[in-house]
Amino acid sequence: MNFIEVDARGLSCPQPAMMAREAIQAGQFPIEVVVDTVTSRENVRRIARMAGCSVEVEPAGDGFKLTIRK
Amino acid sequence: MSAMTRFFASRWGIILAGTAIGVLAPLLQYLGNPKNMGICVACFERDIAGALGLHRAAVVQYIRPEIIGFVLGALVAAYLFREFRARAGSAPVVRFVLGMFAMIGALAFLGCPWRAVLRLAGGDLNAILGLAGLATGIAVGVQFLKAGFNLGRAQRTYAAVGWVLPLLMVGLLALLVFEPTFTKDGPIFFSKSGPGSMHAALWISLGAGLVIGILAQRTRFCTMGAVRDVMLMRDTHLLSGLVALLVVAFATNLYLGQVSFGFSPQPVAHSDHFWNFLGMVLAGLAFALAGGCPGRQLFLAGEGDGDAAVFVLGMIVGAAMAHNFGLAGAPDTVVEGAVKVGGLSPYGMGAVVLGLVVTVLMGFTMREKVARGGAR
Repeated sequence: MNFIEVDARGLSCPQPAMMAREAIQAGQFPIEVVVDTVTSRENVRRIARMAGCSVEVEPAGDGFKLTIRK
Repeated sequence: MSAMTRFFASRWGIILAGTAIGVLAPLLQYLGNPKNMGICVACFERDIAGALGLHRAAVVQYIRPEIIGFVLGALVAAYLFREFRARAGSAPVVRFVLGMFAMIGALAFLGCPWRAVLRLAGGDLNAILGLAGLATGIAVGVQFLKAGFNLGRAQRTYAAVGWVLPLLMVGLLALLVFEPTFTKDGPIFFSKSGPGSMHAALWISLGAGLVIGILAQRTRFCTMGAVRDVMLMRDTHLLSGLVALLVVAFATNLYLGQVSFGFSPQPVAHSDHFWNFLGMVLAGLAFALAGGCPGRQLFLAGEGDGDAAVFVLGMIVGAAMAHNFGLAGAPDTVVEGAVKVGGLSPYGMGAVVLGLVVTVLMGFTMREKVARGGAR
């Protein structure tokens, strides 16, 4: 399966959430977002849920990988 | 831990943080802090700058334990929940300058966003101008963000880097407790009169700071983010915390008899509407570009963000400059029964305009688009 990948590591508020939102609005799923802080994880999760998407979170390296599906 | 993390990330979590600040700030005022200044991050960092002798405005010099508590509380929470993550390297010098001008803008109005809300909750209607300016500044910042403004990625670094600001705070606490006098008539300075002389007992202030630091680290409480997220993403999560702060602080003030509606005279405030507004436009824009209000920068610094720590140091230096150069707003005074409107000196006005020019230039010139997605 082709994943749209969004690398938001090292970026601070609001960039990770903005990037996730942009990818969601582009309409191609599933989307994989990698982040490196819990704040970014929660922000991206919230933005995805607000857009009516499902979100799976797993640890990845130093941070987290969120898989967003419509 | 995970259920707690989920709660703190929820809307009720952020409302709890706003509620805690809304109760504790008026209570700190009741216990001795300056009027309508139960907590003010900008004013309190300014007082710290004064205590160290970085500026010599004798009425605003005190090492505020609340600030120390915010950073150390966030540090404790970050370690308890395994979120301490030392990181740095996202345009630190830009963040320093943003911190400086954010402080100059906030001191033109005489308050950070927290105090703007607390002033309103105490009946000071000048806060409406300040909050309108804040929202306007954030709106400008949002336009830059939409156009790709970005200070670049931070890198993971040594844990010790993340400990620098918390340890500086421990140092400040030691100076506060032991009150050394370094030279004859020299620092550490503690105000004998004026707002700097008004404070709750050390351990009460420190305790309140720690509680707020822990809650705010867990919930990511941020006043600038509250407005920004609504404008940028129609996300009202952080806003619920800010609204809770206003409502609860107003109720607490009513209960404690600390509400007095009007424009002038109000405690440690001036009623020059234009510069109240424009000062906070500058502060709001600087906070938006730096990604957090002054409180949030302290909490971020506590959880290991070295760039937020640089912003904090920029604010402290900005406060010193604001008072050394006479840039800060002068409060309204009552002379022989008549109100004399305070406000900014010509230099203060010039500094706010210069700050706006500099921050707008930053907004236009730091827009390199980060690589969105793709190979990694």
